[in-house]
Amino acid sequence: MVIMKVENLSKVYMLGQIAQTTLRDAFQRLGAKAQGKKDPTRPIGQDFVHGELFTALDDVSFTINKGERIGIIGHNGAGKSTLIKLISQVTAPTDGMIGLNGRVASMLEVGTGFHLELTGRENIYMNGAILGMRKSEIDEKIEDIIEFSECRKFIDTPVKRYSSGMFVKLGFAVAAHLDSEIVIMDEVLAVGDMAFQKKCLDKMNELSRDKGKTILYVSHNMGTIRRLCNRVIVLEKGHLIYDGEVEAGIECYMGSTRKLELVNTYEDENRHSGDGQIWINQSCFLDKTGFPIFYKGENIRIGVDFKAEKAFDDLAFRWVIYSSADVSVGMATTKSDIRVEQGDNHINTELNIDWLSPGKYIVYLAAYSVDVYGNAAIHDMVTDAFVFEKVLMVDENNRMDWHHNEWGYVMFPEIKHMTKE
Amino acid sequence: MTEQFKKKITSEHKMLDLHLRETFQYKDLIFLFVKRDFTSRYKQTILGPLWAVIQPLLSTIVFVIVFGKLANLTTADVAGDFCLPQFLFYMSGNICWIYFSTTFETTTKVFIDNSSVMGKVYFPRLVSPISVTISKLIPFVIQLGMFVALWLFYLVKGGTSIIITPWLLLVPLLILQMMLLSMGLGLIISAFTTRYRDLLMLVTFGLEILRYFCPIAYGLQLVPQSFRGIYVLNPLTPILTTFRLAFFGFGYFNLFEYLISWVVTGVILFVGLLCFNKTERNFMDII
Repeated sequence: MVIMKVENLSKVYMLGQIAQTTLRDAFQRLGAKAQGKKDPTRPIGQDFVHGELFTALDDVSFTINKGERIGIIGHNGAGKSTLIKLISQVTAPTDGMIGLNGRVASMLEVGTGFHLELTGRENIYMNGAILGMRKSEIDEKIEDIIEFSECRKFIDTPVKRYSSGMFVKLGFAVAAHLDSEIVIMDEVLAVGDMAFQKKCLDKMNELSRDKGKTILYVSHNMGTIRRLCNRVIVLEKGHLIYDGEVEAGIECYMGSTRKLELVNTYEDENRHSGDGQIWINQSCFLDKTGFPIFYKGENIRIGVDFKAEKAFDDLAFRWVIYSSADVSVGMATTKSDIRVEQGDNHINTELNIDWLSPGKYIVYLAAYSVDVYGNAAIHDMVTDAFVFEKVLMVDENNRMDWHHNEWGYVMFPEIKHMTKE
Repeated sequence: MTEQFKKKITSEHKMLDLHLRETFQYKDLIFLFVKRDFTSRYKQTILGPLWAVIQPLLSTIVFVIVFGKLANLTTADVAGDFCLPQFLFYMSGNICWIYFSTTFETTTKVFIDNSSVMGKVYFPRLVSPISVTISKLIPFVIQLGMFVALWLFYLVKGGTSIIITPWLLLVPLLILQMMLLSMGLGLIISAFTTRYRDLLMLVTFGLEILRYFCPIAYGLQLVPQSFRGIYVLNPLTPILTTFRLAFFGFGYFNLFEYLISWVVTGVILFVGLLCFNKTERNFMDII
């Protein structure tokens, strides 16, 4: 059953200051227009006051069936929030249509409308009513909500005395008990402690499985998207670029920043962190042509160009290896006895990855040194320094694909079996 | 493909679709907003709602001194030999004015004050101004109570021309009209304050002036006959004079003018709803 249909949806914003609009300016414009003069409030050297238009969402269409759990992913400014705002009716579309077959509850923020002076209990009623519940509905559920929020002890205390964690828990507890058919969440699960996050995800899963609710979840955290969603929509610059299966969607989203390249340079300062005594300029895969794809028995050989502010005799490099799902897989380091001169340096490194399971991996590259007590000082670290892919040989793993969710990231050597002769 | 949806969101805007039915479904929210306003206003105060009494009491005392004793303005709405305590006269005007001006002023800011909530979740936006109009009624009722107590005191004490008449039954109707009028006027301005914040300054200033164009600091008798035609077009005027008539049993009433004031109130409210409805859809992009 179709519960939501989005057709050719567009939203256009006006760029620049809309509010050059003190009342005086508005009258001046009006007067100038009447006399056929140019707009006097227009900034000098600019021909259009009502500047350029910005299309936040451009001709997006999709259909959602009842009970689906949809993840919406995309980079900042891709139009995720705009889409959510349009669906939750916070602002009106410029063009297109959204058809809904059920109530929408949107949690764009935890505890919308919480008033600091009111007690937890009063705020449950308040928040519930804002999200569209009737008082009688809340009456029925209040015990469950309090139980879920883990705030029973403080429920009759004004929320201004709450810790931020309790605040979030209470807010989520209300939203989790909404009776609406469609639940929209904007990355609210990023807060709260791990245990509560897990509880929230389980609750969302339960709502969708047992009560057939449809969930739209916006997040940058691919881990939660994986756990919660069974379909993803990828937006980029206002366009829908992918709609379908979760893993492929995440790959599509990640792919645009993390490409398989033989040579990687790190000019962008935002990618660097550390005390600045070392500056890593570039890394390149040695003895490779085409793409950094590795088969059984191949070692990764990397050449690193870097600049040292002073001479070191105890420098070390380490690779922190992440999976394409942003899960940290492991760490590898050199010995901390690398001698470098002040100025430009080059070093070749090599790592054996025979035990790494097949898949795409991202490496954070860091240069550091360790003092006698074992404290590390990071001199430079580059995020997403390079990407490589490990591929199975045809006869490996009994011709099965590797399932990371079940099997993890270590592929041990084949088990030897001793059959009786 | 023609599928049927319970709800459709499009870019089209129906001018007359005021979401009144939907607003009614959210009546629980209206009352929660009212309750929130009330509790949050008086939490951690000692006197609590008693504060509502102090403001009209003080301004009435000032009015008695300035307009009553110093300027010696008339308190009569019609010519005749009536005896009316000045204190009661000024208070009747002041409590009505306080209700009107606070409701109006808060309604003009309704989008700005609630933008954080409205930017995050949908509910019929009309819920907010309605709850403002109702929540301002609470201090008004307290003030009215004080007024009625004073009124009873003078009634029992005697020596004044105050009598109880069937006009008293008009009071609820007058209060209703005041609610609709102040909300309607506030809605019209609220549609523009999202774009032009300077209107808010103008409102404070304009209210100060409007106050002296209403028969609050003086009786209607002070207004020359030649101005009357325009003067009574201000829908507040018939409300104020009829309010006094209802309590004091004597005063000015003209059925035609009173009906006109209802028509004006109705038009203002309708225009207000239209403006509000048009603004509501896109104000989040502007504010």
